[in-house]
Amino acid sequence: MIELRNVSKVFNEGRHNEFTAIRDVSLRLADREVTVFTGPSGSGKTTLLTLVGCLARPTVGRIRLHDRDISGLPERFLTQVRRHSFGFVFQQFNLISGLSAVDNVMLPAYPTGRPRSGLMARALELLELMALAERADAPVEWLSGGEKQRVAIARALINDPPVLIADEPTANLDTAMSRDFLAILERLVEQGKTVLMTSHDPLVYEAAMVNTVVSLRDGRVETVP
Amino acid sequence: MPPWIERQRHLMDYTLAAMARRWGRNLGLVAVYTLLVFVLASVMMFTDAIQREAGQLLEQAPEVVVQRMVAGRHDLISADYMDAIAAIRGARQVRGRLWGYHFDPVTAANYTFMVPAANAPPAGRVHIGAGLARARGAAVGDVLSFRGHDGALFSFDIEGLLRAESEIITADAILLSEEDFRAFFGIRPGLFTDISLQVRNPREVTKVAEKIVERFPDTRPILRSEMQRTYASLFDWRQGLVLTVFAGALLAFAILAWDKAAGLSAEERREIGILKAVGWETTDIIAMKTWEGALVSLTAFLLGVLLAYGHVFGTSAVMFEPVLKGWATLYPRFVLTPHVDLFQLAVLAFLTVVPYTAATVVPNWKTAVTDPDAVMR
Ligand SMILES: Nc1ncnc2c1ncn2[C@@H]1O[C@H](COP(=O)(O)OP(=O)(O)O)[C@@H](O)[C@H]1O
Ligand SMILES: [Mg+2]
Repeated sequence: MIELRNVSKVFNEGRHNEFTAIRDVSLRLADREVTVFTGPSGSGKTTLLTLVGCLARPTVGRIRLHDRDISGLPERFLTQVRRHSFGFVFQQFNLISGLSAVDNVMLPAYPTGRPRSGLMARALELLELMALAERADAPVEWLSGGEKQRVAIARALINDPPVLIADEPTANLDTAMSRDFLAILERLVEQGKTVLMTSHDPLVYEAAMVNTVVSLRDGRVETVP
Repeated sequence: MPPWIERQRHLMDYTLAAMARRWGRNLGLVAVYTLLVFVLASVMMFTDAIQREAGQLLEQAPEVVVQRMVAGRHDLISADYMDAIAAIRGARQVRGRLWGYHFDPVTAANYTFMVPAANAPPAGRVHIGAGLARARGAAVGDVLSFRGHDGALFSFDIEGLLRAESEIITADAILLSEEDFRAFFGIRPGLFTDISLQVRNPREVTKVAEKIVERFPDTRPILRSEMQRTYASLFDWRQGLVLTVFAGALLAFAILAWDKAAGLSAEERREIGILKAVGWETTDIIAMKTWEGALVSLTAFLLGVLLAYGHVFGTSAVMFEPVLKGWATLYPRFVLTPHVDLFQLAVLAFLTVVPYTAATVVPNWKTAVTDPDAVMR
């Protein structure tokens, strides 16, 4: 259970270009469910994900993760929470070019000090699950958009986090690849993952497996059905 | 294995993989940096070695050397002076010395002909220094010929090579008998180049010297302590030169480091953002960059020092020849005795590895502390 209470995010606070991207949002996001944040461009979807995913701190309000207040934690602890609780699939995939697919997948586990042999085995296993076993040693810039995203998903899962966060996951994919993505997601939800996504793609927010759609506008929650 | 070691191993693996992507740039960096360390270490080792050898040279020098002056110039001294000097209280081992320079047109170098105080070779035979042997391509048993003062050809059998701990002392030396020396340079019996003596009590050296000048106003006693001072000031001057080189090199290095500090590309920034977003802490990124800086600078340091060692002690600092030209033509090549001052090396390591590593880490550190949400945009 992730709970947001009266959360606001103000950028450039106190300066002439001050901008409130999230205004007074209160939400409860259930475990083992799929939640999609939707809304027009600039409505604050991505910003909300960064707050939930501990990539940024709210300006006002509290965020609780399993009854632990994470909004006031110092950076070091916030990083640890992020590493263990969240796996990210970014809109631009954000793979590190020049490195192989399997090296990219292992990246989030390096700071944990997991022994390399076990880590490598797990990374290859995840790539196999993503049907990328034979691409494991290829530099990521050689991969197609769909393959890149699957590497990104494998990377998000390497530390086995309970929550998967994806920002506009189908924005760079065609319809067939988008469906493949949703199929992968469905399997993960069956395995007990919580999924938080942003999307203004009907293919995503109208999918059968989505439990909740939260609609945002101008930084506020418009509807929580 | 404890997780923190495993963690450092991961970070190092990543650093190597990341550096391999820009291998051309990193190789160039190591090359430039190696060159810098090479020059600095060469200058350092060279001056240090020369200084040590000069010190040894002086240690073996007599305490007082008496020269006779004619019209302000060094002239031959008569054996009569020796008895009078030996009579002065405190003076011992008064001895007439025979030595002189001879320019050899074959190798275009000056050699020092000397009659040793003891164990002089028999007439017609010589002992020569290792540098000279190399220059003339001569070995024991060969014949060495020079033209004497009157143009007559003198041939000597090489009986032996001079073995010395320090080649600088004997490199250009030719030891020969008194008889041969006098014939070669045309010096009458009873005349010497100068007179050397020891003093029983070191505190009386000045007093003895004063007495000599008093008794023979046309002489100039040269004290070892004075020579030591002259050498010291000469090396002080040299060290000033070295310091200038050092400062120049450090400046070049600072520019290199600055360039690196300023040159954190958008690509590198993005990479740090990604690493932070996927769960790396600021300290992980700094540790990774420290490995990178240390790897480059340590590799360059070790390579540079090894090359400098080979340069100074293997090729006798062949690249400094233009700088020391006057000197190098005056003397045949000599091989410096290998010696490395560990303290100086440590200073050099500190002056190069630490600032470079810092210059690698600092700009990344600034990027690493920024919020990781930037990668979402
Ligand atoms: N770091 C930032 N500084 C200033 N404004 C920002 C920053 N990040 C986002 N914004 C602004 O906040 C608003 C919401 O952005 P975002 O959450 O990315 O919207 P969405 O993902 O819904 O398109 C936008 O108007 C955007 O310009
Ligand atoms: Mg967005």
